[in-house]
Amino acid sequence: MSDGLMQLLDPEAIVLGSDASTNEEIIRILAGRLEALGYVKSSYADAVVRREMTIPTGLPLERADNVAVPHTDPEHVLKPGIAMGTLRKPVTFANMEDPDETLPVGFVFLLAINDKDKQIEALQSVMATIQNPDALDGLRSARTLDDVRAVLG
Amino acid sequence: MARQKTILFACGTGIATSTAVNVAVTEAMKARGLTFNAQQAKATEVPGLADSVDFIVATTPISASVTKPVIKGLAFLTGVGKDKVLDEIEAQLRK
Repeated sequence: MSDGLMQLLDPEAIVLGSDASTNEEIIRILAGRLEALGYVKSSYADAVVRREMTIPTGLPLERADNVAVPHTDPEHVLKPGIAMGTLRKPVTFANMEDPDETLPVGFVFLLAINDKDKQIEALQSVMATIQNPDALDGLRSARTLDDVRAVLG
Repeated sequence: MARQKTILFACGTGIATSTAVNVAVTEAMKARGLTFNAQQAKATEVPGLADSVDFIVATTPISASVTKPVIKGLAFLTGVGKDKVLDEIEAQLRK
Protein backbone atom coordinates (compact mmCIF):
# COMPACT_ATOMS: atom_id res chain seq x y z
CA MET A 1 0.00 0.00 0.00
CA SER A 2 2.54 2.51 -1.09
CA ASP A 3 1.26 6.04 -1.29
CA GLY A 4 4.72 7.47 -1.82
CA LEU A 5 4.33 9.72 1.19
CA MET A 6 7.49 8.43 2.82
CA GLN A 7 9.68 10.11 0.18
CA LEU A 8 8.11 13.44 1.11
CA LEU A 9 8.38 13.11 4.87
CA ASP A 10 11.59 14.10 6.58
CA PRO A 11 12.24 11.23 9.03
CA GLU A 12 13.10 13.80 11.68
CA ALA A 13 9.70 15.41 11.19
CA ILE A 14 7.83 12.25 12.22
CA VAL A 15 6.54 11.99 15.79
CA LEU A 16 4.96 8.67 16.78
CA GLY A 17 2.64 8.08 19.73
CA SER A 18 2.79 11.65 21.02
CA ASP A 19 1.34 12.36 24.47
CA ALA A 20 0.19 15.83 23.34
CA SER A 21 -3.22 16.55 24.83
CA THR A 22 -4.33 19.56 22.75
CA ASN A 23 -4.24 20.46 19.07
CA GLU A 24 -1.98 23.43 19.88
CA GLU A 25 0.50 21.16 21.64
CA ILE A 26 0.88 18.72 18.75
CA ILE A 27 1.01 21.59 16.21
CA ARG A 28 3.83 23.24 18.20
CA ILE A 29 5.75 19.96 18.55
CA LEU A 30 5.58 19.31 14.78
CA ALA A 31 6.18 22.94 13.83
CA GLY A 32 9.26 22.89 16.08
CA ARG A 33 10.61 19.98 14.06
CA LEU A 34 9.98 21.77 10.75
CA GLU A 35 11.62 24.92 12.08
CA ALA A 36 14.68 23.05 13.38
CA LEU A 37 15.00 21.33 10.00
CA GLY A 38 14.88 24.65 8.14
CA TYR A 39 11.50 24.25 6.44
CA VAL A 40 9.71 27.15 8.11
CA LYS A 41 10.33 30.49 9.79
CA SER A 42 10.00 31.00 13.53
CA SER A 43 6.68 32.76 12.83
CA TYR A 44 5.16 29.56 11.38
CA ALA A 45 4.04 27.84 14.62
CA ASP A 46 2.11 30.85 15.92
CA ALA A 47 0.60 31.44 12.48
CA VAL A 48 -0.64 27.83 12.24
CA VAL A 49 -2.03 27.82 15.79
CA ARG A 50 -3.82 31.11 15.18
CA ARG A 51 -5.24 29.97 11.88
CA GLU A 52 -6.44 26.68 13.33
CA MET A 53 -8.65 28.66 15.74
CA THR A 54 -10.50 30.48 12.96
CA ILE A 55 -10.13 28.19 9.94
CA PRO A 56 -9.81 24.68 11.38
CA THR A 57 -8.44 21.71 9.46
CA GLY A 58 -9.99 18.61 11.03
CA LEU A 59 -11.21 16.12 8.43
CA PRO A 60 -14.16 13.87 9.40
CA LEU A 61 -13.38 10.33 8.28
CA GLU A 62 -16.13 8.63 10.28
CA ARG A 63 -13.43 7.08 12.49
CA ALA A 64 -12.63 7.29 16.21
CA ASP A 65 -9.29 8.80 15.17
CA ASN A 66 -9.68 11.35 12.39
CA VAL A 67 -7.05 13.40 10.57
CA ALA A 68 -6.10 17.09 10.66
CA VAL A 69 -3.98 18.94 8.12
CA PRO A 70 -2.93 22.22 9.79
CA HIS A 71 -1.12 24.74 7.60
CA THR A 72 -0.86 28.46 7.01
CA ASP A 73 0.06 31.16 4.54
CA PRO A 74 3.15 30.71 2.31
CA GLU A 75 4.95 33.74 3.78
CA HIS A 76 5.91 31.63 6.84
CA VAL A 77 7.38 28.81 4.73
CA LEU A 78 11.03 28.61 3.62
CA LYS A 79 10.81 25.35 1.64
CA PRO A 80 8.02 22.82 1.21
CA GLY A 81 7.79 20.03 3.72
CA ILE A 82 5.43 17.83 5.70
CA ALA A 83 5.58 16.77 9.33
CA MET A 84 3.51 13.89 10.63
CA GLY A 85 2.40 13.11 14.16
CA THR A 86 0.37 10.25 15.56
CA LEU A 87 -1.27 10.65 18.94
CA ARG A 88 -1.44 8.14 21.74
CA LYS A 89 -4.87 9.51 22.62
CA PRO A 90 -6.86 11.57 20.10
CA VAL A 91 -6.91 15.36 20.58
CA THR A 92 -9.72 17.67 19.55
CA PHE A 93 -9.70 19.63 16.29
CA ALA A 94 -12.64 21.50 14.80
CA ASN A 95 -14.14 20.27 11.52
CA MET A 96 -12.86 22.17 8.46
CA GLU A 97 -16.30 22.22 6.88
CA ASP A 98 -18.26 22.94 10.06
CA PRO A 99 -16.06 24.74 12.63
CA ASP A 100 -18.75 24.40 15.32
CA GLU A 101 -18.26 20.64 15.28
CA THR A 102 -15.27 19.03 16.99
CA LEU A 103 -13.54 15.81 15.96
CA PRO A 104 -11.22 13.41 17.79
CA VAL A 105 -7.99 13.46 15.78
CA GLY A 106 -5.34 10.75 15.96
CA PHE A 107 -3.17 11.77 12.98
CA VAL A 108 -1.77 15.21 12.17
CA PHE A 109 -0.13 16.11 8.87
CA LEU A 110 1.40 19.56 9.28
CA LEU A 111 1.88 21.06 5.83
CA ALA A 112 4.48 23.64 4.85
CA ILE A 113 3.42 24.74 1.40
CA ASN A 114 4.57 27.72 -0.61
CA ASP A 115 3.91 26.92 -4.26
CA LYS A 116 0.69 25.14 -5.04
CA ASP A 117 1.66 24.24 -8.57
CA LYS A 118 4.79 22.41 -7.46
CA GLN A 119 3.27 20.68 -4.46
CA ILE A 120 0.31 18.95 -6.05
CA GLU A 121 1.99 15.55 -5.80
CA ALA A 122 2.71 16.02 -2.12
CA LEU A 123 -0.89 17.03 -1.46
CA GLN A 124 -2.22 14.10 -3.47
CA SER A 125 0.05 11.77 -1.57
CA VAL A 126 -1.24 13.06 1.78
CA MET A 127 -4.83 12.76 0.57
CA ALA A 128 -4.27 9.20 -0.66
CA THR A 129 -2.97 8.24 2.77
CA ILE A 130 -5.90 9.94 4.53
CA GLN A 131 -8.34 8.02 2.34
CA ASN A 132 -6.63 4.68 2.98
CA PRO A 133 -8.03 3.19 6.23
CA ASP A 134 -5.43 0.41 6.22
CA ALA A 135 -2.61 2.96 6.03
CA LEU A 136 -4.06 4.92 8.96
CA ASP A 137 -4.49 1.75 11.00
CA GLY A 138 -0.88 0.86 10.22
CA LEU A 139 0.35 4.32 11.23
CA ARG A 140 -1.59 4.18 14.49
CA SER A 141 0.33 1.13 15.62
CA ALA A 142 3.68 2.26 14.13
CA ARG A 143 6.33 2.77 16.81
CA THR A 144 9.48 3.04 14.70
CA LEU A 145 10.46 4.70 11.43
CA ASP A 146 10.71 1.26 9.86
CA ASP A 147 7.09 0.63 10.84
CA VAL A 148 6.15 3.89 9.10
CA ARG A 149 8.18 2.98 6.02
CA ALA A 150 6.40 -0.38 5.84
CA VAL A 151 3.05 1.45 5.75
CA LEU A 152 3.89 4.43 3.55
CA GLY A 153 6.53 2.95 1.25
CA MET B 1 -20.64 23.02 -27.47
CA ALA B 2 -21.81 25.09 -24.54
CA ARG B 3 -19.63 27.83 -23.09
CA GLN B 4 -16.91 26.40 -20.86
CA LYS B 5 -17.91 26.93 -17.24
CA THR B 6 -15.65 28.27 -14.49
CA ILE B 7 -15.39 26.66 -11.06
CA LEU B 8 -13.93 28.61 -8.15
CA PHE B 9 -12.16 26.30 -5.68
CA ALA B 10 -11.93 27.82 -2.22
CA CYS B 11 -10.27 26.89 1.06
CA GLY B 12 -8.71 28.67 4.02
CA THR B 13 -5.42 29.65 2.40
CA GLY B 14 -6.35 29.23 -1.28
CA ILE B 15 -3.23 27.10 -1.71
CA ALA B 16 -3.42 23.74 0.05
CA THR B 17 -6.74 21.94 0.19
CA SER B 18 -8.25 23.84 -2.74
CA THR B 19 -5.34 22.60 -4.86
CA ALA B 20 -5.98 18.99 -3.86
CA VAL B 21 -9.70 19.38 -4.57
CA ASN B 22 -9.09 21.14 -7.90
CA VAL B 23 -6.85 18.30 -9.09
CA ALA B 24 -9.28 15.61 -7.92
CA VAL B 25 -12.28 17.27 -9.60
CA THR B 26 -10.37 17.99 -12.82
CA GLU B 27 -9.34 14.33 -13.12
CA ALA B 28 -12.78 12.97 -12.25
CA MET B 29 -14.58 15.29 -14.68
CA LYS B 30 -12.11 14.49 -17.46
CA ALA B 31 -13.10 10.84 -16.95
CA ARG B 32 -16.72 11.94 -17.43
CA GLY B 33 -15.81 13.88 -20.59
CA LEU B 34 -16.14 17.34 -19.04
CA THR B 35 -13.65 20.19 -18.87
CA PHE B 36 -13.88 23.56 -17.12
CA ASN B 37 -11.86 26.62 -16.20
CA ALA B 38 -10.53 26.53 -12.66
CA GLN B 39 -9.75 29.35 -10.26
CA GLN B 40 -8.55 29.10 -6.67
CA ALA B 41 -9.04 31.53 -3.83
CA LYS B 42 -9.16 31.96 -0.10
CA ALA B 43 -12.64 31.57 1.34
CA THR B 44 -12.56 35.22 2.38
CA GLU B 45 -11.99 36.28 -1.25
CA VAL B 46 -14.99 34.38 -2.61
CA PRO B 47 -17.62 37.16 -2.20
CA GLY B 48 -15.51 39.40 -4.45
CA LEU B 49 -14.90 36.74 -7.09
CA ALA B 50 -18.22 34.88 -7.17
CA ASP B 51 -19.78 37.09 -9.87
CA SER B 52 -17.18 36.01 -12.43
CA VAL B 53 -17.56 32.23 -11.91
CA ASP B 54 -20.39 29.73 -12.45
CA PHE B 55 -20.21 27.97 -9.11
CA ILE B 56 -17.97 27.35 -6.13
CA VAL B 57 -16.49 24.17 -4.63
CA ALA B 58 -15.33 24.92 -1.09
CA THR B 59 -13.80 22.99 1.81
CA THR B 60 -14.52 25.75 4.33
CA PRO B 61 -17.71 27.71 5.10
CA ILE B 62 -18.52 30.45 2.56
CA SER B 63 -20.23 33.76 3.37
CA ALA B 64 -24.02 33.55 3.07
CA SER B 65 -23.86 36.70 0.92
CA VAL B 66 -22.64 34.59 -2.01
CA THR B 67 -25.56 33.78 -4.30
CA LYS B 68 -23.79 31.39 -6.71
CA PRO B 69 -24.18 27.67 -5.97
CA VAL B 70 -21.69 26.42 -3.38
CA ILE B 71 -20.81 22.70 -3.41
CA LYS B 72 -19.08 21.21 -0.38
CA GLY B 73 -15.71 19.81 -1.43
CA LEU B 74 -14.51 18.13 1.73
CA ALA B 75 -15.39 14.71 0.29
CA PHE B 76 -12.34 14.99 -1.97
CA LEU B 77 -10.10 15.19 1.09
CA THR B 78 -11.83 12.53 3.17
CA GLY B 79 -13.06 10.22 0.41
CA VAL B 80 -16.40 10.02 2.25
CA GLY B 81 -19.33 10.64 -0.14
CA LYS B 82 -17.10 11.58 -3.09
CA ASP B 83 -19.28 10.06 -5.83
CA LYS B 84 -22.35 12.01 -4.75
CA VAL B 85 -20.41 15.29 -4.85
CA LEU B 86 -18.99 14.41 -8.27
CA ASP B 87 -22.57 13.91 -9.51
CA GLU B 88 -23.51 17.35 -8.14
CA ILE B 89 -20.55 18.95 -9.92
CA GLU B 90 -21.33 17.14 -13.16
CA ALA B 91 -24.93 18.37 -12.98
CA GLN B 92 -23.74 21.97 -12.53
CA LEU B 93 -21.31 21.66 -15.43
CA ARG B 94 -24.00 20.24 -17.73
CA LYS B 95 -26.51 23.02 -16.91
